[in-house]
Amino acid sequence: MPELIAKSALEGFSAQHLAGATLAEAEVGPITSVAVYPDGAKALAKGLKSIGLTFPAPNAFIEKKGTRIVWNGRDQAFLTGVVPPTLEGAAVSDQTDGWAVLALGGPGAVDVLARLVPLDLRLSAFPVGRVVRAPVNHMNAVILRTGDYAFEVMVFRSMARTAWHEFEAAMQALAARAAMKS
Amino acid sequence: MRLKCPLCGERDRREFHYYGAEDYLHRPEVDAEPAAWDNYLHLRDNPAGMTRDLWYHEAGCAQWLLVTRNTVTHEISAVELVAERAK
Repeated sequence: MPELIAKSALEGFSAQHLAGATLAEAEVGPITSVAVYPDGAKALAKGLKSIGLTFPAPNAFIEKKGTRIVWNGRDQAFLTGVVPPTLEGAAVSDQTDGWAVLALGGPGAVDVLARLVPLDLRLSAFPVGRVVRAPVNHMNAVILRTGDYAFEVMVFRSMARTAWHEFEAAMQALAARAAMKS
Repeated sequence: MRLKCPLCGERDRREFHYYGAEDYLHRPEVDAEPAAWDNYLHLRDNPAGMTRDLWYHEAGCAQWLLVTRNTVTHEISAVELVAERAK
């Protein structure tokens, strides 16, 4: 078998700086889906404890030294940034190649998201450590608040370029509007 | 219209897919009378007032929701997870 070259979902897309926002591809490492079995919570908690994590509450994520566990549904979460240890009490599956992660940062990021996501994502309503499953236009996405001015947006890998285009277009529109004002 | 998803919180109607009446949760036994199956498959009430129906949160947590709402006033009085209900 020939040697295959691993490429990220947005290989060749360089970071964009517009309208006070920065769009780039994020490197989050391995992505593992953890779907808790009925009555599996206790056994899972033991396994997660070994890497210093607990199962997150709905709409929250927990971060420890670059490893994250991100709620993304009822009894379901993504473990990112780590090759998972043996976990009992849950269906564990590698999803690394199935997702693209976009990093949107800067003071303008929240305005860019406001154009695409029908939710209040301002810091007051959506503080650091929160996550939502919400549509970006019509794309299903998982949106994390990773910092006061930083978001990560996870979309299906097949939609990576569409998501990039949507964000870039929103940034261009905001920049054009700002230019008209000045 | 907004539904308060028990997991995701208050969300816009666009995020949900309407399926139908609560009757779909009450599937008759395989050997039930034909009348029961007829009722399950075909007969629906069309109330002016309180109704309970199933919605799918397709752009959110992907859960089935049982929504209690009023077709006259548009008031939504309860949104429950179907999965939690079965427990």
